[in-house]
Amino acid sequence: MTTTAEPVRSAPASRAAGARTLIDKMFKARELAVLAVLVVMLGTTQIYNGEFLSEQGIKDLLLNATILALVATGQAVVVITRNVDLSVGSVLGISAFAAGNYLNGGGSPLLAVLLAVALGALFGLLNGALVSLGKVPALVVTLGTLYIIRGIDSIWVGSRQITADALPEGFVGFGHDGIWAVPYLALLALVVLLAVGYYLRSYRSGRDLYALGSSPEAARLAGVPVRGRIMTAYVLCGALAGLAGALYLARFGNVDSATGNGYELTVVSAVVVGGVAFTGGSGSVYGAALGAVLLTSINSVLPAIGVSSVWVTAINGILLLLAIAVDRILALRVAAVLRKKAAQMRSARHD
Amino acid sequence: MSLATVRTRRLTLAVATATVLALGATACGGTTKNDTDKKSGSAVTGKADANAETKKGLKIAFLPKQVNNPYFTIADTAGKKAVEELGSTYQEVGTSSGTDTSGQVSYVNTLTQQQVNAIAVSAQDPGALCTALKQAMKNGVSVVTYDSDTKTDCRQVFVSQASAEDLGRTQVQQMAKQIGGKGEIAILSAAQTATNQNTWIDFMKEELKKPEYKDIKLVKVAYGDDDAQKSFQQTQGLLQEYPDLKGIISPTTVGIKAAAQYLSGSKYKGKVKLTGLGTPNDMRAYVKNGTVDAFELWDPNKLGELAARTAVALQSGQITGAEGQTFKAGGMGTYTIGKDGVVSLGKPTVFDAKNIDQYKF
Repeated sequence: MTTTAEPVRSAPASRAAGARTLIDKMFKARELAVLAVLVVMLGTTQIYNGEFLSEQGIKDLLLNATILALVATGQAVVVITRNVDLSVGSVLGISAFAAGNYLNGGGSPLLAVLLAVALGALFGLLNGALVSLGKVPALVVTLGTLYIIRGIDSIWVGSRQITADALPEGFVGFGHDGIWAVPYLALLALVVLLAVGYYLRSYRSGRDLYALGSSPEAARLAGVPVRGRIMTAYVLCGALAGLAGALYLARFGNVDSATGNGYELTVVSAVVVGGVAFTGGSGSVYGAALGAVLLTSINSVLPAIGVSSVWVTAINGILLLLAIAVDRILALRVAAVLRKKAAQMRSARHD
Repeated sequence: MSLATVRTRRLTLAVATATVLALGATACGGTTKNDTDKKSGSAVTGKADANAETKKGLKIAFLPKQVNNPYFTIADTAGKKAVEELGSTYQEVGTSSGTDTSGQVSYVNTLTQQQVNAIAVSAQDPGALCTALKQAMKNGVSVVTYDSDTKTDCRQVFVSQASAEDLGRTQVQQMAKQIGGKGEIAILSAAQTATNQNTWIDFMKEELKKPEYKDIKLVKVAYGDDDAQKSFQQTQGLLQEYPDLKGIISPTTVGIKAAAQYLSGSKYKGKVKLTGLGTPNDMRAYVKNGTVDAFELWDPNKLGELAARTAVALQSGQITGAEGQTFKAGGMGTYTIGKDGVVSLGKPTVFDAKNIDQYKF
């Protein structure tokens, strides 16, 4: 009796697992698609211009992508919970200045970076509190904090600026040095990316973020601490924007009150191109980071092959629309596959 | 009945106001008001009296390309000092983005409504501000452009930071000296529409036609949009596209410091020469670490001061913006208005390792 029962129970289970791996594959394919576009683009440029992927060229590509990739990682975590943080550009700007101001006063580089991260996390906490306690759409709340933080920045910084000669040499060196073609900044970003990716994939609280994004109501009923999780996402996003601010300072050696102005839109583009759906609950930080690398690389590819930079924004826009189209098609396909599986399961039961 | 009374009253009021205004205008001795009215729409007509008394109590507004931009803050602070010294009041308004043209237009409109006496504006776009500025001039507001000009008929005087010709030509001379008069060079500019950049670049191209520069080849003009990241990537692109590049001229303060920061952290440091327009504070680190030999700039303090003094001179009727008129600009000496209503500050200063520490801006 038990022997007959077992295959019946395991058959649908294995089918369901089959469906899950298929869906899994499709989402992985989504990130692979970005990677493929990136590889083709860089490869073609290399054929056209042999200097493009030289040691210096690779270093530049990585450095260009680092800051955006960091902020996009944080943004992806927030977007996965079906929210958004538009204040990242302002947070980056004010953290960069805070770090620079501290270094200018003779502070240690490590503490300056920590200060930037802490300041970013603080603003993240504010955003998270407003969004989760106020129950107001994140788009509006963070648009508000975008302006508020930029306003504070403008009043505090005024027309002052941090220039390269005000920074310790080691700190500026950290901004462009590295191991062979891999800059320290990129290594740091990679460590952060892997850590956040691991957290999202393997921790209960990480999985909760996906659950929240898929269906906030269901997640609440299932006992997910909604407020706490949203807070976590925003604090993480803010802290990463703060870290990116410190790295911005190291890399560009120049910060004023306009630093990071308008950056939020680039970040959101990177996240969407990387396959993190704005409807929440899907995508990964790896995808977002790849999206960031893709977007910044376009900015390097065009000048390297001699195309006017005026095209950059148009191309970014097309990529964005393509990404959304691909997501939509994938979603429809996955839905169709699931329906088919369900129908098969039903008919199997009838047999 | 009551409606008619109100109407009659309004009419009486209007007539009275008009009479007072007309009397007022006559009392002024037919200097500013009439002149400004006459030349609305065209900037170079009207009578001026170089000896007219400098008016006090004027409201002078500065509208830089971008507020909180360190360069404009230096210029505007000097403008403020000059305005207050002349017994008038100063205010600064403007957009926090350097490319928010519609924002700049609405600031011009607001200032016109507030009935300021003069606007000193650095235009984000040569054409976009025209309607608003012409409207302002029609209302008796004197319009001075500084740093970046509009079309000539949309303002009375343009206070140029140094003649465009001098700036364009001296940057090429500087570059030629640094690369030994031979090799490929490129230009890293700001936005493709930036008026002043484009004028300088045209003069650079003119200068390069001279026989002594026959071995120098301008291979490309790239645009970094006055954004650090974009300027970085444009510099990288130039170096990749032209591996034999010997030098880059960047006639924008944002562009040159981004290019310098990139070069100083790359294998091109010291090998690819960089010159252009930068501020000593921005560039100090790169001059000292050997990335940059020399670069140039005018003194933004003087630019702001001259813009302020020109605005007051216009409103006082000492000048109208016609070619050949002269006016005294306080301690700065006497200036003459050139062709198209342009007043030029003079030759730029060259900064190098020897003198850079004398300048703090």
